[in-house]
Amino acid sequence: MSSAITVIRPKRLFHLRDLKEIWQYRELLYFFTWRDLKVRYKQTAIGVAWAILQPLMTMVVFSVFFGSLAKIPSDGVPYPIFVYVGLLFWQFFSSALSDTSMTLIANQAIITKVYFPRLILPISSVMTKLVDFLIASLILIGLMAYYGYMPHLSGFLLIPLLLIITFMASVGGGLFLAAINVKYRDIRYALPFFIQILMFVTPVIYPASIAGKYSTILALNPMMGVIQNARAALLGTAPINWTLIGISFIACLILLLIGIYVFKKVERYFADIV
Amino acid sequence: MEKPIIEIKNISKKYKITHERGGYIALRDVLMNIVKKPFSYLKHKAKSVAGLTKKEDFWALKDVSFSVNKGEVIGVIGRNGAGKSTLLKILSQITPPTEGEIIMRGTVGSLLEVGTGFHPELTGRENIFLNGAILGMGRKEIAKKFDQIVEFAGIEKFLDTPVKYYSSGMYVRLAFSVAAHMEPDILLVDEVLAVGDAEFQKKCLGKMEDITKKEGRTILFVSHNIGAIRQLCEKTLVLHNGSVVDFTDTEKAIDIYLSKTKSEKIIIPAQKANHEEFRIKKIEFKNDSNKPWVVECSEKIRMEVLIEITEDMPIFRFGIGITSLGGERVCTVHSRETNLDKGEYLVNIELENKLTPGRYELGLGILNRYNLPGFSILEVEDNKNNKHELFNHGFIDIESDFIIKKNNQ
Repeated sequence: MSSAITVIRPKRLFHLRDLKEIWQYRELLYFFTWRDLKVRYKQTAIGVAWAILQPLMTMVVFSVFFGSLAKIPSDGVPYPIFVYVGLLFWQFFSSALSDTSMTLIANQAIITKVYFPRLILPISSVMTKLVDFLIASLILIGLMAYYGYMPHLSGFLLIPLLLIITFMASVGGGLFLAAINVKYRDIRYALPFFIQILMFVTPVIYPASIAGKYSTILALNPMMGVIQNARAALLGTAPINWTLIGISFIACLILLLIGIYVFKKVERYFADIV
Repeated sequence: MEKPIIEIKNISKKYKITHERGGYIALRDVLMNIVKKPFSYLKHKAKSVAGLTKKEDFWALKDVSFSVNKGEVIGVIGRNGAGKSTLLKILSQITPPTEGEIIMRGTVGSLLEVGTGFHPELTGRENIFLNGAILGMGRKEIAKKFDQIVEFAGIEKFLDTPVKYYSSGMYVRLAFSVAAHMEPDILLVDEVLAVGDAEFQKKCLGKMEDITKKEGRTILFVSHNIGAIRQLCEKTLVLHNGSVVDFTDTEKAIDIYLSKTKSEKIIIPAQKANHEEFRIKKIEFKNDSNKPWVVECSEKIRMEVLIEITEDMPIFRFGIGITSLGGERVCTVHSRETNLDKGEYLVNIELENKLTPGRYELGLGILNRYNLPGFSILEVEDNKNNKHELFNHGFIDIESDFIIKKNNQ
């Protein structure tokens, strides 16, 4: 490292070197993720169990009201397991999105004092949520065993791809919001509301088939592709819809690139305005 | 000949100052504005696109060039708003320059604050790793130096206690200790020594001297503390209003700095003096003296501060602090609390002067929220009609009476 040469020039546009740099700073990425996990569960009585309790309780409440009482159809799958798959991915997406949108503000004390590739911050907050996702997945395994569902191996292999799409959607959207948040602090108040609305236009508590001919409109929402295919892969509710995955993937990739672009633009002068 | 380790070529940094109060705006206000006054909004927008709005350009740095050779310890001094911190921020890549280029040949570590990223909920042990990583150390490197860090900070007993239970002294010691064990080729240090008690400051200075002498590291050291600069640096860069005045031997540089610091009217750059509620515009020396900021012994010190209140302040208190060049506080005085409405105010200040001859730093503060340290250097001259022949050591000359009588008992 001692031969490292740093050149500082006025405007640095996005460069392949940035990716290399993120790799160089991977230990810091690890530490940020570790810090977030550690701090979050440090002062709680039941600690990591929160990661399980939240989706579990939501699932129970939804199953009682939407499944048993409102009798929302669930593509022939027991409602608890149906809604849990949806919730698992939805919570990963929504919590990653809201955390990412706060990264610049929440870490301004560090950002204005030390240099590191700023993209590490949103990536680390998504990593934290991924850990939660994995912990909460244990319940899903339990539910699947209880109801006697065995995923096909091919379906199981699809999950990482779906996670990547969710990752791109939440980071892409989050970066975009994080950039706006620097100038307009309204985002903090508007976002929870927005996320709640978004959940109802995403087939989390109901199957996409309920929308009938309008389901193509729902396909604009990338999380629909993710959740619908997660159900198809794990529960065999329908054949895997590769077109939908393809559309979601491309949409999220574009969202991610826009997010990175906007974020990078703000990042350059961020330290000057806070 | 080896190439210089730091080459700074024509660096400039421009800030745009919009005359708008507050740091951020709410989207709600912007939308309301559009709805309420669509035409004036459009006019404003069109003006800003055409570049006609009253945006003030402020050059925090203008055409700064210098280079540093390997193993040199360079001090950077200058008055408030001279561009010291901006220079350091650009070198640490926290903010980009507007123009120019910098080449640094070696790993760079910057220390703009001690304890960056410390988390109160985490233990001392955990914070050492986290802070080390933020400062650019690898996990193995931190593990290797862990014992040294703990020993230097002297917190062995509290390693597994969350740092929120630490006393402020312990906290600073731990934070500095982690920072002191960084091993970059180039170390950039801002006024981190301003924290902590005098004794710990000395320990830190000693540690920094060790680092440079033994290990031949290159250091750029920004400070108000002339004593510290004198002790550490061979060469010093003097900045004034964003430009380099001189880059020369430390002693000479300090002289230049002290003479530059004295101008009768001190205009405070808006970028520095902006606060949500007020703006300090000008500080003026009011004594009848042909040399600005020079007074004789026991001559009262008079100055006037022009301040604009931009938001009603129910509680307003104004303070002046006098500090020795070694960084020790001589005294602080402040006004009574009053409430001020929006508008411009003149604050007339008259200070009784019991200072011994020498140079002092003047600072200004508003409530406990705003500080403008070292806005000027005050020179107290030895006047001829001095009734004592000897001057006492220290900063203050107090009335004294010694009666010496033969004891006849």
